[in-house]
Amino acid sequence: MPDQNQNRRRSHGWMGIHRGHQARPLEWLAEKFIFLVSLSAILMVLLIFLFVAREALPVFLGQTNTALVQKPIPPDDLDKHSPAELQAYLELSPAQFAKMEKSTLRTLLEVKVEAQDEIPENFRKDPDAQANTTEWKYLLHPHQWSGYDHPESIWQPVGQIKKFNIVPLLVGTLKVTLIGLLFAVPLAVGAAIYVSQLARPRVREIAKPTIELLSGIPSVVVGVFALLVMASVLQGIFHYQTRLNAFVAGIALGFAVIPVIFSIAEDALTSVPRAYTQGALALGASRWQTAWQIVLPAALPGVFAATVLGFGRAIGETMIVLMVCSASVMSWSVFDSARSITTTIAAEMAEAVNGGPHYRILFMLGALLFAATFISNMIGDFVIHRFKNKLEGKR
Amino acid sequence: MAETLTPKLVPKEISAASAPTAAPFIEIEGVSLYYGASRALKNISVHLEEKVVTAFIGPSGCGKSTLLRCLNRMNDLIDGVRIEGSIKIGGHDIYAKDVDVIELRKRVGMVFQKSNPFPKSIYENVAYGLRLHGVKAKSDLDTRIEESLQQAALWEEVKDRLHSSALGLSGGQQQRLCIARAIAIKPEVILMDEPASALDPIATARIEDLILDLKKYFTIVIVTHNMQQAARISDHTAFFYIGELVEFASTTKIFTNPAQKRTEDYVSGRFG
Repeated sequence: MPDQNQNRRRSHGWMGIHRGHQARPLEWLAEKFIFLVSLSAILMVLLIFLFVAREALPVFLGQTNTALVQKPIPPDDLDKHSPAELQAYLELSPAQFAKMEKSTLRTLLEVKVEAQDEIPENFRKDPDAQANTTEWKYLLHPHQWSGYDHPESIWQPVGQIKKFNIVPLLVGTLKVTLIGLLFAVPLAVGAAIYVSQLARPRVREIAKPTIELLSGIPSVVVGVFALLVMASVLQGIFHYQTRLNAFVAGIALGFAVIPVIFSIAEDALTSVPRAYTQGALALGASRWQTAWQIVLPAALPGVFAATVLGFGRAIGETMIVLMVCSASVMSWSVFDSARSITTTIAAEMAEAVNGGPHYRILFMLGALLFAATFISNMIGDFVIHRFKNKLEGKR
Repeated sequence: MAETLTPKLVPKEISAASAPTAAPFIEIEGVSLYYGASRALKNISVHLEEKVVTAFIGPSGCGKSTLLRCLNRMNDLIDGVRIEGSIKIGGHDIYAKDVDVIELRKRVGMVFQKSNPFPKSIYENVAYGLRLHGVKAKSDLDTRIEESLQQAALWEEVKDRLHSSALGLSGGQQQRLCIARAIAIKPEVILMDEPASALDPIATARIEDLILDLKKYFTIVIVTHNMQQAARISDHTAFFYIGELVEFASTTKIFTNPAQKRTEDYVSGRFG
């Protein structure tokens, strides 16, 4: 009898190994839930990108047309043209076009002819009025518009002839972002070195949260401060002509970026093993030498990651640039105004006709921004891996 | 600042502390150390000789590493540490107000428990200390680096890959690199804090051979948990117990005929 009893207990004990996930149903459930949540995050990013790309697609496919003067299609020729031609001519979306009845199309064609007739005669001869300014050559190359004495890159999306040259916006973005980073990276990394390596514990306890508190300041507040105070102070120092310019915007942007870079760089520097520091000090290095020559190189992957993140924040920051300067002048000078891509989207999206050429081009800019951030992150990741492998002695 | 810590020529005197008495080179006199309120070292006096291997042994927490770190003032880096008493090396009080710790650490090198080469190339690891102390010319660096790697018995293994990362070396090689790095700047004293405790027996044997070799040129103080190691490599041994120096004598005496009961209990493995 006792034998049998023991046998049964053993077999019961081993039964457990066949229960699989049922053994810990709550853990299983939690795991699946977290998986779904993370999946949805990836899905969100993908959906946003698809949305932006879809709205921008007509620009890439050349389906947008801004030409004022077009060869009119007489309403009677309705049947002679293909649906695609008519759709493009009437600037309709495929869905809209599919819903239209023939009589409606006819009315639209009549309206179009009337509109063409209303264009003044002298304007009709202007070559710019016949140009489709959403073609790539107008978007990227300087063009000699009528009334100008030399080719120029102009972003002027409102007006009779809409000028969509995106080069001033790209240059503006680059100018502001680079100034911001040039200002922020040395300060933030320097502060991170000081706080993590040189400061006494008491100072560190105060300095670290204070600098990180900067990131809690809304960018509107930074913008107001830059607009009212910094612009005047900097003008007093550098004596440039335009009070509100890319330089001021870049410095203000730097303030927004510093806490981001500082926080990550500080973490990277602090996580350098204390054994390195001790080794250097025992060799007779001073604390400065240790920080600069041993700790900083060892933390370089992290510091670089911080810089890449700062770049992402800087290129995406809208409000500060919008408030400080937003004239879309084509100039490489930092003391001229600048208009960044994000600023342009924020300021103009509400006024752009839904589905119109301006709207499409704004989305195209959004897609560009998306690509720029994506590529910078990819390059950053690649470089960080190279650094890490080099430090760890892997090839 | 001490002009130069020339060792030698310390007058022979009758040592106040116990046991071995040739010319004392490192004179530790009534040293007590406090971490905040707790007292980690209790009134320790001991004189160490030049070009001799002295081992500090004792159970964990007995203060042997703490005392070792007093000798190059690495304890300065810890907040709330207070030291009483005096430590003289080559006749110079290293806790005097005008002492430059950087000069001191150049003369008193240190090898740590866990090998800690910098994440740089093998060459740069050794070059770092040399550059800190003013060796700049490429040819000088090259010869000094080869010399110290030879001395640390590492040259043959790394001469073909001097410019690859030091972190690619094995644990034992890394530790010998750390020794090479320490001896490259020609210190007078080398402090070793359990240098072989993280290594396998073969790597340990190599380090021990190296230590026996190095004592011709350097004064070596080694902290070890491993009593056989202390017996094999040291000339003098100091036994510590809960912050006190229990006994200091020649290694043979400590291991064969200790004066104190506690020493005997420890070296025979009854506790610790």
